[in-house]
Amino acid sequence: MVGQDTIIIGGGHNGLVCAILLARAGQRVTLLEAGPTLGGMAAEREFYPGFKAALAQTLYAMPRSLIRELDLATHGLAFGTEPLPLRPLSLSGTPPSINAESLSGAADDDAEAYSKYVTMLKKFAAALAPFWERTMPRVGATGLSDLMTFGKLGLKLRLLGKDDMLEFFRVATLPMRDLLDEHFSDDGLKAALCWDALVGSQLAPRSPNQAVFTLLNRMAGKDAGQHVIPKDGMPGLVRALERAAVQAGVTIRTDCTVKTVQIAGDESGQHCTGVELESGEALLSDRVVSSADPQTTFLKLIGAQHLEIEFTNRIRRLRNRGYVARIHLALSGLPAFQGLDSPQGRLIIAPTMDSIEFAWDAAKYEELPASPVMEVLVPSLQEPSLAPEGQHVLVANVMYVPYDLKSGWTPDSRAELLSTVLRELERYAPGIQELVLASELLTPQDLAAQYRVTNGHWHHCEPAIDQLLMMRPTYEAAQYATPISGLYLCGAGCHPAGDVSGNPGRNAAKEILA
Amino acid sequence: MTNRTDILRSDTSDPFAGERLKVSYFHDREKVLNLRDAWSSWNGFKFADYYYDVDYEYFCIRNTCGTYDICPMQKYLIEGDDALRMLNRLVTRDLNKLRDNRVTYVAWCTDSGRLIDDGTVFRLEENRYLLTCGSPCLAWLRKSAFGFTNVEVTDATEDWAALSLQGPTSFAVLQRMGLDGVAGLKPFDIGHFPFLGGTLMVSRTGFTGDLGYELWIDPELALPFWDALYDAGADFGIQPYGESATNMARLEAGFIMPYMEFNEALKTVNFEYDQTPFELDLGWLVDFKKPHFNGRAALLEQKLNGPEVVLTKLNIEGNKPAEESILYSDKKCSREIGYVTSAMWSPAVKANIALAMIDTAALKGEIWAEIYYQRELRHHHKVARCTIQSKPFWSPERARLTPPGLL
Repeated sequence: MVGQDTIIIGGGHNGLVCAILLARAGQRVTLLEAGPTLGGMAAEREFYPGFKAALAQTLYAMPRSLIRELDLATHGLAFGTEPLPLRPLSLSGTPPSINAESLSGAADDDAEAYSKYVTMLKKFAAALAPFWERTMPRVGATGLSDLMTFGKLGLKLRLLGKDDMLEFFRVATLPMRDLLDEHFSDDGLKAALCWDALVGSQLAPRSPNQAVFTLLNRMAGKDAGQHVIPKDGMPGLVRALERAAVQAGVTIRTDCTVKTVQIAGDESGQHCTGVELESGEALLSDRVVSSADPQTTFLKLIGAQHLEIEFTNRIRRLRNRGYVARIHLALSGLPAFQGLDSPQGRLIIAPTMDSIEFAWDAAKYEELPASPVMEVLVPSLQEPSLAPEGQHVLVANVMYVPYDLKSGWTPDSRAELLSTVLRELERYAPGIQELVLASELLTPQDLAAQYRVTNGHWHHCEPAIDQLLMMRPTYEAAQYATPISGLYLCGAGCHPAGDVSGNPGRNAAKEILA
Repeated sequence: MTNRTDILRSDTSDPFAGERLKVSYFHDREKVLNLRDAWSSWNGFKFADYYYDVDYEYFCIRNTCGTYDICPMQKYLIEGDDALRMLNRLVTRDLNKLRDNRVTYVAWCTDSGRLIDDGTVFRLEENRYLLTCGSPCLAWLRKSAFGFTNVEVTDATEDWAALSLQGPTSFAVLQRMGLDGVAGLKPFDIGHFPFLGGTLMVSRTGFTGDLGYELWIDPELALPFWDALYDAGADFGIQPYGESATNMARLEAGFIMPYMEFNEALKTVNFEYDQTPFELDLGWLVDFKKPHFNGRAALLEQKLNGPEVVLTKLNIEGNKPAEESILYSDKKCSREIGYVTSAMWSPAVKANIALAMIDTAALKGEIWAEIYYQRELRHHHKVARCTIQSKPFWSPERARLTPPGLL
């Protein structure tokens, strides 16, 4: 007796979103999470007694329409605070403050330029937004709905008006550096404005062809890409998703690592029959939906012998090296950053675009950057439950830190990276080192091991034009269905890629139900 | 022990050594017999187009026997616990049924079911297979092996000296050599025989459609082996033959040739200018009982829809070979329906034969070939009626008899 209609592998947000939508459509869904808690990269970890953090600490890319569709507010998701402003730190003066409407505390010409710049980007992001929420057409497909997808995009872009449309085509593939040089004069401002186009990717300010798309994708979410911390932090979101899933009837099992996806073969070909767990337990289901990254799904859970040869080799060569390290600090008090009364917002330590580029140059050659660039957040300011009273949590996304270090990841190289980051923080927040009670460093290799994501890439595989849209993760698996009957993908390795957007999970569910 | 590379590239003082064609392990004997110096090349080896006379060599294959040098043929060892699984995913046929010391003819395709190459798989023993084919295929085999933990693919092309001995007296020659057990070898069987302290592997395989064997030996023993074979064959009309006679014999047998009947898929630039097994009339090689093999989904779709074109054997009236002819559905040549891929006047069958790629829809109607030919520089053309032949043009009983008769 088959116990369920669908097994979902992975209890990250995409797996949960997909599970909720399938269960609401009447399917009996079992969701299997390898770890002890749900949430994947958004799951909270207590890295020091009383101090908690999640890898994905803020919400920015999830569309409002999805939050509504899932009734997440009913299930407890709330946003108590204003979006976090972006603050390009400097060693002198007060950093400007950037939000989705305006720029304050900068030179007049930059403030004026920002208003034009952000208006333009918002328009473009809105034109592209429907694209992220649809299944991409198959390469070579000429069916009506496939053509409609392109037709709609064409129309959306045309409706921008001729001037804006032409400007879109011009800037869409520009390196961030060129785009920002055109608009702004202040170096620190430009470096900070790069950040959201680059973070999590193998991209630096001079890299062409992708960064603007990444930015526009992120801006398509709630609050035009501004970051918010949900009430109770990201666990607040995860709990709301879990409640919605339970209410929809999803059976959730944690500490359940899937060892293989079971494939049966006969004269009619191959099809999924369920999964086998590490424990040896077998679960039967004709449909398995994996939110694991594509290499894990195809090469580990399925195995090459069940796949086509060229397809397997496309999966093998996916570009998926992660370049972001994460640092968590348990602080005995609130750190004092230069020029800030309180370290509110997302603090960018990157004095110039060149400083980002140089950090990338080192990482490209598998070396640690001499001066890492980073995004710093003190989430306990918004969410005091993350640290004991009066104490704080500081998290930093540090770029660029290679997955493979030429000298190898050793206790020494880890200590070197941590001390470089602390030294850099000390320059901007004198005295911070004395507040540090404990620290945690997660290199891309740590992310790979602890979050079960190949090569520790935030987005499972690099979101870049060769691995995007109908090429994500590769053709013949870009419409959530895979070459194996009954097996689907629903993770960040699918269109439209990573961040906590829920779009891959939602699109996959729609495709399965279609 | 002599280094094998030294045998192949003997003169290292030659400043162009790296540019020159390699020579076969049998070259020292072949160069003496190549009276016409008619050399061309195959896979970087100096290779005889013919040795003395094409027709003479062809008649040796059909009436006595001849040897064809298969040192340049590509040979890959596939070894390990996963060898069978890896090969079974690679080729369209089911190799689970292949027993030790047996050979089978196979084809392998891209994901979209286009033919990459055909060849033979030898099951040498459990977890040890030899794959042979006409063109280098190592890159594809390595890709095919990715994801299997215990399989090793080795290019063994230069690890064997090999000759194909084909023709009605071939069995008699091997008997004369003292290989008694050869009599029991059925078509596609493999046998092993002691030879000068080494082992001679004999497979009852070939590319002529006739009685014949392929003979595999350590390169060190190549020349003594040649001498022993030719001594034994002296009374049985043994003669080396080259590419041209092979091409005649294989056409009579209805075997396909790369760059005549098919364009290797991995080297094809134009969209679908390559072929599928169904288009090449090799549907019998595709075993859909196997749940998975490369190209299965695409091939199943083509099988259900039927291929749009199919390789067809033609008998053509008259005696003018229809080389490169365009085919029509009417004598007026108003509607094209296909083209000839290989054609010849067959002396053995005494018929004007051809292989042709023809629109499937046109197979039920009339087929006409527009044939261009010249006579002492004057060019002529004629339109000849073609009839479809379903069986191979040449398929003598002796090719299948075990033990084979002594001619």
